[in-house]
Amino acid sequence: MAKSKSAYSVPGKIGKIERHIIVIWVDNEAGVLARIAGLFSGRGYNIESLAVAEVDKKKHISRITIVTEGTPQVIEQINLQLKKLVPVHKVADFKRTDKDILFRELALFKMLANSKKQEKIKKICKNFNPVVLDKSKKSFVIQVTALRADIDKLALDLKRYGLISTSRTGAVAMTKGAQIFS
Amino acid sequence: MPKLFTGAEIVFKALEDQKVDYIFGYPGGAVLPIYDELKNHKSIKHILARHEQGAGHAAEGYARSSGKPGILLVTSGPGATNAVTALTDAYMDSVPLVCISGQVPTHLIGTDAFQECDTTGITRPCTKHNWLVKDVNDLARVLHLAFEVATTGRPGPVLVDIPKDIQFKKGKYSFSKSTLKKKLNGRATHKTSNKELDKFIDLLKKSSKPIFYTGGGVINSGPQASEYLRELVSLTGFPITSTLQGLGAYPGDDPQFLGMLGMHGTFEANNAMHDCDLMINIGARFDDRITGKVDEFSPGSKKIHVDIDPSSIGKNIKVDLAIVSDVSKFLKSLIKRFKEKNKNFLSSNKQKTSKWWSTIEKWREKKSLNFINSNKIIKPQHAVQRLYELTKDKDTFVTTEVGQHQMWAAQHYKFNKPNRWMTSGGLGTMGYGLPAAIGVQIANPGKLVVDIAGEASVLMTMQEMSTAVQYNLPIKIFILNNEYMGMVRQWQELLHEKNYSESYTAALPDFVKLAESYGCVGIRAKTPDELDEKIKEMVNIDRPVIFDCLVDKAENCFPMIPSGKPHNQMILGPEEEEEISEEGKILV
Repeated sequence: MAKSKSAYSVPGKIGKIERHIIVIWVDNEAGVLARIAGLFSGRGYNIESLAVAEVDKKKHISRITIVTEGTPQVIEQINLQLKKLVPVHKVADFKRTDKDILFRELALFKMLANSKKQEKIKKICKNFNPVVLDKSKKSFVIQVTALRADIDKLALDLKRYGLISTSRTGAVAMTKGAQIFS
Repeated sequence: MPKLFTGAEIVFKALEDQKVDYIFGYPGGAVLPIYDELKNHKSIKHILARHEQGAGHAAEGYARSSGKPGILLVTSGPGATNAVTALTDAYMDSVPLVCISGQVPTHLIGTDAFQECDTTGITRPCTKHNWLVKDVNDLARVLHLAFEVATTGRPGPVLVDIPKDIQFKKGKYSFSKSTLKKKLNGRATHKTSNKELDKFIDLLKKSSKPIFYTGGGVINSGPQASEYLRELVSLTGFPITSTLQGLGAYPGDDPQFLGMLGMHGTFEANNAMHDCDLMINIGARFDDRITGKVDEFSPGSKKIHVDIDPSSIGKNIKVDLAIVSDVSKFLKSLIKRFKEKNKNFLSSNKQKTSKWWSTIEKWREKKSLNFINSNKIIKPQHAVQRLYELTKDKDTFVTTEVGQHQMWAAQHYKFNKPNRWMTSGGLGTMGYGLPAAIGVQIANPGKLVVDIAGEASVLMTMQEMSTAVQYNLPIKIFILNNEYMGMVRQWQELLHEKNYSESYTAALPDFVKLAESYGCVGIRAKTPDELDEKIKEMVNIDRPVIFDCLVDKAENCFPMIPSGKPHNQMILGPEEEEEISEEGKILV
């Protein structure tokens, strides 16, 4: 297509896409997740993964961790738009490459495997805190915690060892050292 | 033991504590307890609309002309869904509205009960926030919070959904201010520093081709903001242009004012925006009707953006100096600081901007708002000009519908005060102007209120004439009747090979007879020589009037930045119409 000379609603130059992890503290009230998710879908932002649970039972504060992708301008908009929502207390924004932030995802794999195979599988998983949660003669369920990319790779590797079901959480994040997000 | 009140009583106690004097609404099954309570609260008057959308736009007109939040009361289901257009309109144009909706009783929620809908779900994307109140003891807190959210930061609509059983239940009432404390709510959290002020002033001093670009944020910041803006513009001697929503913040007939900018803005305003070296955006949002293609928008300028909403800054256009602040507060401290250090700025800086001003004068000589007048047929621009000349000595309030007439009104009616111009800019809601005029007249009794309308738009909410008659609101509906959806017809002429698909209304009502059947006055003007007399007749009637002004059916709205052209190449008139590129045709 020829270069458009149009004056209206032509997309501008698209900046470099970055992956960010956004942590949001919200009042745990009815509809709060719909508000956050609706903001993302309504404005055309992308949610790669989502993890949410109440972290303060007394004050009813939930902590939501969203992995998203976008240009720096879009990421800035996501942050600013989130801060405008009434139930939102604070928002923190990180890149996957940030050195002083810890990220973890949890995955459960169900494998069809005899005990010989099971030992092999445990070896493959050994760097990712494997815990066997359930075991039978023909099958077992193993839990791992790791970074997203590691789990992606693991899931691929396990396919030929009889992987029949995968369940994964979204990423959660925490700072290293004594400081906390503010 | 504290005294207990029913939910319905709590609603009115909260409205009284918020000093509400008018509610716009429409009753129904799920709000009957609230309507039942109305009789006990004489300080609050209810205006019965004919449709919830009309009630919503009336509340908007009330809010925009008075600076107070508009209150809307509707029933569940269709009552709430009918209000959605008005809520979205208010959301786009930052109008503070508090909508109270009835809901089916809590035990029926989720059962697809009669007149049930997921009101908070439906209105979540078109309100700043909304609440479904399931405990009567939460009601007072939520209602006061609703007012706070609607009116603080960047204003906007909120909705409180109250199930019918909660309206009957008894609970505690208390009024505590500022419940939002810890939340951000898009508010400015920092005070503007002297460093920021100095950077601002430094940019002003360095510029030789500056322009002020101001918007609805100035109006929303209150009348004081307009005063400060006028002071700053006169202190600097810089040219100023305004968005559609900002009209009236700066006098429309002042020599420093270049007129409105944007798609149908003046030649001088758009060229000055394109060629400037400093753009000072105060309370505007770099909307797509202003910027055109963002990559080619004002390429050589430094940009300052003052906005109360942090998410407005950097959304469409990157800026060099971002200031998150209320316009009024910011301009006050800026002017103070500026005056301290720059005693004779105006005279000492005159030399520096003189070349810029002479360039602007050359653009002005194009007289881009000119049109070829006729003595046989009324040109719509001429009609607006005559209306302006014959009403400018009064403190006139103007609302509009959406389309060609709206742009002609913005171009040819000059506003000198804020809160005198109410138009649907962001959402572009046809049918806005008539009910908005009702709200404006309620807030401004005794003032002249004119809805500059198109015949297609006004038919969308025509039923509200009945409301105007019921409450003796002498609004004037000034219809520029060309029998077409004019802006649609214009785009079809310019972009779709004159295929006027469905844009002609073949069976319009006789507006004079229609006026009479509503119990108001109908006037028709057919020729230019009778126009003035008829307008005077309209202005002098102290009753609602529908004015059927028969205008040229083929007139187009110029100047125009056509799709497919860069920002600084405008079509000035019919003689310059040319082919628009294929890519340009797909754009809105």
